[in-house]
Amino acid sequence: MTDQDQTQGIPVPEGAAGLIDTEYSIGQDNVEGQLGPFGFDVHNPVFMISGLSIVAFVFYALALPEQANAVFGWLRPWLTSTFDWFFLGAANVFVAFCLFLIVSPWGAVRLGGKEATPDYTYIGWFAMLFAAGMGIGLMFFGVLEPVYHMAISQPLGVPSPIAADGSIIPENVEAAKRMGLAATIYHWGLHPWAIYAVVALALALFTFNKGLPLTIRSAFYPIFGERIWGWVGHVIDTLAVFATLFGLATSLGFGAQQANAGLEHVFGLPNNVTVQVLLITVITGIALVSVLRGLDGGVKVLSEINMGIAALLLVFVLLAGPTMIIFADFFAGLGAYVGSILPLSNPIGRADTDYMHGWTAFYWAWWISWSPFVGMFIARVSRGRTVREFIICVLLIPSLVCVLWMAVFGGVAIDQVLTDPTGSAVKTYVIDSYVPELSLFAMLEGLPLSSITSVIGVVLVIVFFVTSSDSGSLVIDTITAGGKVDAPLPQRVFWCTFEGAVAIVLLIGGGLGALQAMVISTGLPFTLVLLLMCWAIFKGLLSEAR
Amino acid sequence: MFSQIMVPVDLRHRDQMRKALDVAADLARQYSAPICYVGVTSPEPGELGHRPEEFATKLAEFGAAEGKRHGQDCTTQMVVAQDPTTEIDAKLSETVSEIGADLVVMATHMPNVTDYFWSSHGGALARHTRASVMLVRG
Repeated sequence: MTDQDQTQGIPVPEGAAGLIDTEYSIGQDNVEGQLGPFGFDVHNPVFMISGLSIVAFVFYALALPEQANAVFGWLRPWLTSTFDWFFLGAANVFVAFCLFLIVSPWGAVRLGGKEATPDYTYIGWFAMLFAAGMGIGLMFFGVLEPVYHMAISQPLGVPSPIAADGSIIPENVEAAKRMGLAATIYHWGLHPWAIYAVVALALALFTFNKGLPLTIRSAFYPIFGERIWGWVGHVIDTLAVFATLFGLATSLGFGAQQANAGLEHVFGLPNNVTVQVLLITVITGIALVSVLRGLDGGVKVLSEINMGIAALLLVFVLLAGPTMIIFADFFAGLGAYVGSILPLSNPIGRADTDYMHGWTAFYWAWWISWSPFVGMFIARVSRGRTVREFIICVLLIPSLVCVLWMAVFGGVAIDQVLTDPTGSAVKTYVIDSYVPELSLFAMLEGLPLSSITSVIGVVLVIVFFVTSSDSGSLVIDTITAGGKVDAPLPQRVFWCTFEGAVAIVLLIGGGLGALQAMVISTGLPFTLVLLLMCWAIFKGLLSEAR
Repeated sequence: MFSQIMVPVDLRHRDQMRKALDVAADLARQYSAPICYVGVTSPEPGELGHRPEEFATKLAEFGAAEGKRHGQDCTTQMVVAQDPTTEIDAKLSETVSEIGADLVVMATHMPNVTDYFWSSHGGALARHTRASVMLVRG
């Protein structure tokens, strides 16, 4: 006799959508067992091929550093200049597709079935969205990019307000300020979030509504059918693991160098490999604790704390800086973004190729190479939202927050440069000599209480790395366990530690730059993958109850 | 002595639970206490079902088969956890209170070096609930 209370379960997806009727049962290709005292449950062959190919590429980068640097150092700019039209065009498709879904009848489809309720509050959800995929970038580029685009890269040919002798050219100031903010917001607004939203929506739809495992290959069921359980799926999942782990490890390596530069600037700490290895060890250690505490007890809590501190820093800079000018910058930047988005998105006949290839196409490849990781993480925490709510919350609101962040941090920095061109530390580190890792601290120096805010800045940089590292480890673990979210705990420990170890080895032996360039190169095949995902989402939504 | 027995089960490893299931049934008979089999799953599709309802059905079938085998009344309860790997101890503790269990019988592994870092689920239940906990080595 049983007494199963039906209200305890997750509501059944309703209507014609039903579940995809597949012969595949989750975990059927997994190998389960014990390695000494440690249990494991991994997908065969994705776990093994991912792990071995990562080790092989690390060896390649260490054994033949000059060749690796030459190959990947050439590959990245070649891709972003040759396939600029493809990256820019595809990103435009993603934005248009997301906006279409908001107004379409399929916006009413609920992820997880008609009766599903959200697993997380808005605050917890937003905190995890930012902390996983973009927080660290906002810290690094918030000051650097607006100033750089205003003064140096000249997007759409808008002239710099700073002459060669360092003097200000008054007639160029307003247009350059607006374009500096607009060109930055373009890289942190609708387009990157649309890239994440497409991947996240595809995975959430095919997992929560169609009943397929939470792994990248599932999104391709409408295209490849049962073949996704074979080598087509193995390749897609392996590529996702590969891009995610190297993306995280190389960012961690570079991040340690940046944090070390910040610590040297603020505290006078030595800037060397030993300190950087220590930083990676500390970051990995905290990420391990977070991973062991799990999604709710670790990742979510840390993300919320981090977003709280970031919001406080934002408010402080807003109030301590020229508040009214910042508000004016916010609206002027937003207006300029809206006004310039079409010409900035146009891949054809552009004269500002330094900006378009060096920044835009690079950024799109970067966001796309990160999208399997961030998208899958967003998918996992988005059950219970309607498609419309999902797109608005993943696309529009984060874009607005990024506009605000860039307007505040970039606006204050631009104001410092233009008000005091000879004494501005921002000008020294961004325009006169390119030391991007110090740009944030240089801006904070121009405000009161800089010794405190700089420490907060260093802490935020470190904790944002932790929140990327822990969520990335969860994602890699899920993919290499064939979509199982309840694989043994030691596997998470393995991936988190492996990521830190790869970062340390590449930091000591060299090869961070080469392998980061390689990760960004994976943006090209993934762009095609994302375009196919749009089609798969559309096909998947057609059979959903609205 | 006992009025409600809770038996946490992992349906993927039924063979390894046989001894614990039989012990629980013996105790249930001796004290005339009903058994509730508890299974934990995630909202995501898993190997025991594409959705939690499938998991619940399998758990119910399992409970019915055990009830028939031992000739006793039993119930089942599915618990959904966002991250079962790390939340299972907390979820099981909550379920002990929810169903009013005063005895938990569950299978457990032989102790090894990992127990120095994180305890078994049974160990965690003994630490965090008021129920008596009987761990049965497989």
